[in-house]
Amino acid sequence: MDKRLIKGNIALCEGAITAGLSAYFGYPITPQNEVPAYMSNKMVKLGRVFVQAESELSAANMVMGAYATGKRAMTSSSSPGISLKQEAISYLAGMEVPGVIVNVQRGGPGLGNISGSQADYFQATKGGGHGDYHTIVLAPNSAQEMYEMAYDSFDLSEKYRTPVMILADGIIGQMMEPVEFNRKEKTEFEKKDWALDGCAGREPRSLQSLLMKDGALEQHNLDLQKKYEEIKKNEVKYDMYETEDAEIIIVAYGISSRIAKNALKLARQQGIKAGMIRPKTLWPFPYEIINKHAGQDIKFLTVELSMGQMVEDVKLAVNGKSPVEFIGRAGGGVITVQAVLNKITELKK
Amino acid sequence: MAKITVNNDRCKGCGLCIDSCPKKCISFSQNLNKIGYHYAVLENEKNCIGCGFCYQVCPDVCIEVYK
Amino acid sequence: MEKILSRPKALKDNPLSYCPGCGHGVIHRLIAESIDELGIREKTIAVAPVGCAVFAYDYFNFDTTEAPHGRPPAVATGIKRTNPDKIVFTYQGDGDLAAIGTAETIHCANRGENITVIFVNNANYGMTGGQMAPTTLVGQVTETTPFGRDPSREGYPIKVAELLANLQGTKYIERVTVFNAPHIIKAKKAIKKAFQNQVEGKGYSFIEVISHCPVDWGKTPQESVKWVEDVFLKTFPLGVIKDETK
Repeated sequence: MDKRLIKGNIALCEGAITAGLSAYFGYPITPQNEVPAYMSNKMVKLGRVFVQAESELSAANMVMGAYATGKRAMTSSSSPGISLKQEAISYLAGMEVPGVIVNVQRGGPGLGNISGSQADYFQATKGGGHGDYHTIVLAPNSAQEMYEMAYDSFDLSEKYRTPVMILADGIIGQMMEPVEFNRKEKTEFEKKDWALDGCAGREPRSLQSLLMKDGALEQHNLDLQKKYEEIKKNEVKYDMYETEDAEIIIVAYGISSRIAKNALKLARQQGIKAGMIRPKTLWPFPYEIINKHAGQDIKFLTVELSMGQMVEDVKLAVNGKSPVEFIGRAGGGVITVQAVLNKITELKK
Repeated sequence: MAKITVNNDRCKGCGLCIDSCPKKCISFSQNLNKIGYHYAVLENEKNCIGCGFCYQVCPDVCIEVYK
Repeated sequence: MEKILSRPKALKDNPLSYCPGCGHGVIHRLIAESIDELGIREKTIAVAPVGCAVFAYDYFNFDTTEAPHGRPPAVATGIKRTNPDKIVFTYQGDGDLAAIGTAETIHCANRGENITVIFVNNANYGMTGGQMAPTTLVGQVTETTPFGRDPSREGYPIKVAELLANLQGTKYIERVTVFNAPHIIKAKKAIKKAFQNQVEGKGYSFIEVISHCPVDWGKTPQESVKWVEDVFLKTFPLGVIKDETK
């Protein structure tokens, strides 16, 4: 099997291309510039579609157009650019058109800075755009997972006809790691009974999120919620690390989970029974597994590169059964292994 | 020989067909249709030349022209 | 006698929800006739605007998608690039194309996407009750220019056709109107050519249709077509603005 030392951002591209990506639409913004640059070369060489759009907003709408016809399409950006894509994401959800959107997070709010962060968790999981909808959010924590989650995102998006966001961060994007190219090249695609591919031999189709008839939008929302319940039932993914006897359980995703894991190992060496639950899907969030581990002798510690966003979901999951602490750094700061270890030690007391 | 038919129920009584007719064949009916408009009718079939101007200007695609 | 003129197949047999005397119905029909005559209905995909024509998918008898306000050129780019064999067009009003969608309009044209853009210019925002549009005339009273459009506060009307002609990527640009039968017949020729260009792979075609909007102009249908002829066309001259398709 092919194994290469590549950046997370490039692994993402390779995963998407292997999944049969038809079209990439993007715009430069640090720290994901490698993505449009790599795609501008590879996609064109493969005879597929690449467009550097006039804005992140336009790029997201180009994804809408391509996927409305059933063709696999992806766009990527970083935090401020993802704000621009929210309108399109809400429409994708309402129209039930698939789409893959990648956020390589940077410091915010506003223009922020270009360092990695995890401050877009709320934006990704709690809406971002308007209306009652959810985006499936995948959280890679390595170049390997950038490759795999990029590949898997399209099937997921099409299975539920709903947008999927890959919530990476600037550090995962820039890190170089060995990546095993373990996914099979996808060349065959099933016909979609909702796609706009020309009305030859069938009735014309339309895709819309505007439903003005009395009661129609309410029903649509009820149907969407049913779909989201299915997704919650079937698609939660997480990793567990030494949780069986853990008294302190860390919950962390993305780069924070890598840092936290190193802190855990050191804590164990010091005899502290620490473990970690690492969400791989941030929506649907692994409430159940966290709740299962909660109890009066367990303490939870959420580690995020933000002022504390996922911690709220951990508190919801725990539902008062355990205390939930938080440690983090925002604005592009990266928490150190030592800082996490210190916090674990402090909680042990 | 020519004539037009007007879909009475779709006509919104805008009158643009009446104005467009070079032979002044069309007028408003005294009756109201289901949506509350005095719909257009071909009052004078004898003079219709089937030019199709009424068909061209009708915003609601109500008119069919026969020749 | 035989039927010589009737609803084109590419137009569904649904009642149109436009105001009495509105230009949209005519323009929809011209597009549908063109599509029928070119035999492309089964491979046409349209992108509807946000505006009065937002329900275009209820009227056009082929695949149609919604798009967020102003974004049809971007959505159309996504459709056409991944499906170059399909005929793709956008149908947009003055807010959609010339205000919120200005960037999408310009860059789609600049990239020379091989699509057709039908721009319905009726100098106001109809769907929302008649507010100022980028194309509203100087002195024109609208919901948001109750004292008449004042250039010192609101700028001047934008002539999109001329603006886009400056971009090398655009190949065919014409401004037409639909206020009377002879002009409608001329407009049909332009619209059909704009679709034919796409069939023949000749590049980006743009037709600006000066249209009448009786209700929001506060005029009867008769007064509104007169206003197009006497006033509106003075600011927006008709004609072929660019033709590089020969």
